[in-house]
Amino acid sequence: MARSKVMRVLTENQVWRSIFRHKLPSDDRNRVLVVLSNVFLHLHPTKVRKSGVRLSYTWCMGGLTFFIFLVEAVTGILLMFYYRPTAEFAFEDIKALGEHVPLGIMRELHRWGAHAMVITVWLHMFRVFLTGSYKPPREFNWNVGVILLVLTLLLSFTGYLLPWDQLAMWAVTVGTNMARATPFLGNEGPGAALLSIGDTQLVHPGSDVRFALLGGRFVAAGALLRFYVLHCIAIPLAAAVLMAIHFWRVRKDGGISGPL
Amino acid sequence: MSDEKQEAAGESTPESTESTAVKRPKLVPVRQAAAKKPAAAPQKEDEGITRRGLFSALGFGWLAFVAASGAALTAGTRFLFPNVRYEPPTSFRVGFPTDYTIGAVEERYKAAYGVWIVRNEEGMYALSTVCTHLGCTPNWLAAEQKFKCPCHGSGFRISGINFEGPAPRPLERYAISLADDGQVLVDKSRLFQEEKGQWKDPASFLRL
Repeated sequence: MARSKVMRVLTENQVWRSIFRHKLPSDDRNRVLVVLSNVFLHLHPTKVRKSGVRLSYTWCMGGLTFFIFLVEAVTGILLMFYYRPTAEFAFEDIKALGEHVPLGIMRELHRWGAHAMVITVWLHMFRVFLTGSYKPPREFNWNVGVILLVLTLLLSFTGYLLPWDQLAMWAVTVGTNMARATPFLGNEGPGAALLSIGDTQLVHPGSDVRFALLGGRFVAAGALLRFYVLHCIAIPLAAAVLMAIHFWRVRKDGGISGPL
Repeated sequence: MSDEKQEAAGESTPESTESTAVKRPKLVPVRQAAAKKPAAAPQKEDEGITRRGLFSALGFGWLAFVAASGAALTAGTRFLFPNVRYEPPTSFRVGFPTDYTIGAVEERYKAAYGVWIVRNEEGMYALSTVCTHLGCTPNWLAAEQKFKCPCHGSGFRISGINFEGPAPRPLERYAISLADDGQVLVDKSRLFQEEKGQWKDPASFLRL
């Protein structure tokens, strides 16, 4: 009785009622309302198959990937309080994050999380492939997932430059050299030579897609800032929107797929 | 059924309201109003919108929207390409030919300009410091007389010809010439690739 009294004090007031428009989830209707009337939960189905929560079936890899994304967001925001994305300070700040800051493990958590996220996102894709969950009506969601996989890899790639050490410089030099070979958009790509007015090349090292990525013709201070903005703002934003679509489509396409 | 009832009501009410002193706007069902319209031609202008007007307005609206979106996209893309690059110039002077020792690799301009100047018996050439495998910067190892890439172990002879490791082709050479003041001028905007036979081009080698 004591507990119900506490609940009554807690729930029977204007503040509680202004937030929660349903009663306590003691019957089916209110259990459904808990999910439907919550902006975050409503992306999720109100009911899932028994197999949907069976670890041996789903491996929970999609859920783990999302969890790690949240970990990366929280640790990443904390790191941003110390890290300055300039050629002068970047390397020193990364070292300071390990040595001069309480919980120097924060940067390592962010790095390990990045590795783990790439692993879990691949395993999630592998599970979806094995269970045939890419088949109609889920083929659109598979494509959303493929874009999310690419965004995950791009997050890793852009984050790789930020320590601003030799490994970062050369890894990104090598990685962005591939952008030179983009058809029509890269200066060494197929079709780029066709885009010219008279003798003037329209796509050259100062105007191609690699230049747009690096803000210069080679990896320098401009590239560091661009990768930082891509890493912290642009790609996470795109990934968050696509994740919302991805989860919502799971519900719309008939819930999490069951065993065949 | 309810529509018919409303129509009936609509027709009966005007008579009754007009007789009284209070004037109220006539409440006429939509369908009836549409049916009556052709009879009252001047009303068309009062309504202000025609089928043709609506579609041309929609057309202009979409055109304006697409044009504005296109302009915003173009502006956004152009914004990524700055007007000023804080990078070393592509064309620069590297001193007089007499400053160079025959058989030596000059590394002074490597960090700033990404170029090695090599002097041999016949003349001088400017080698790109970009490894032809994946774009790292090799090191000149004077004792072994070779350029060695630290990334994946590609090796190049002093001429720039590749002989070990994964590099698929020789280092590239830049245009080299004598400037008016007698100094050696390197132009990085012109590349010469050995595998394309471009090293035979006189601009790729300064004969002394």
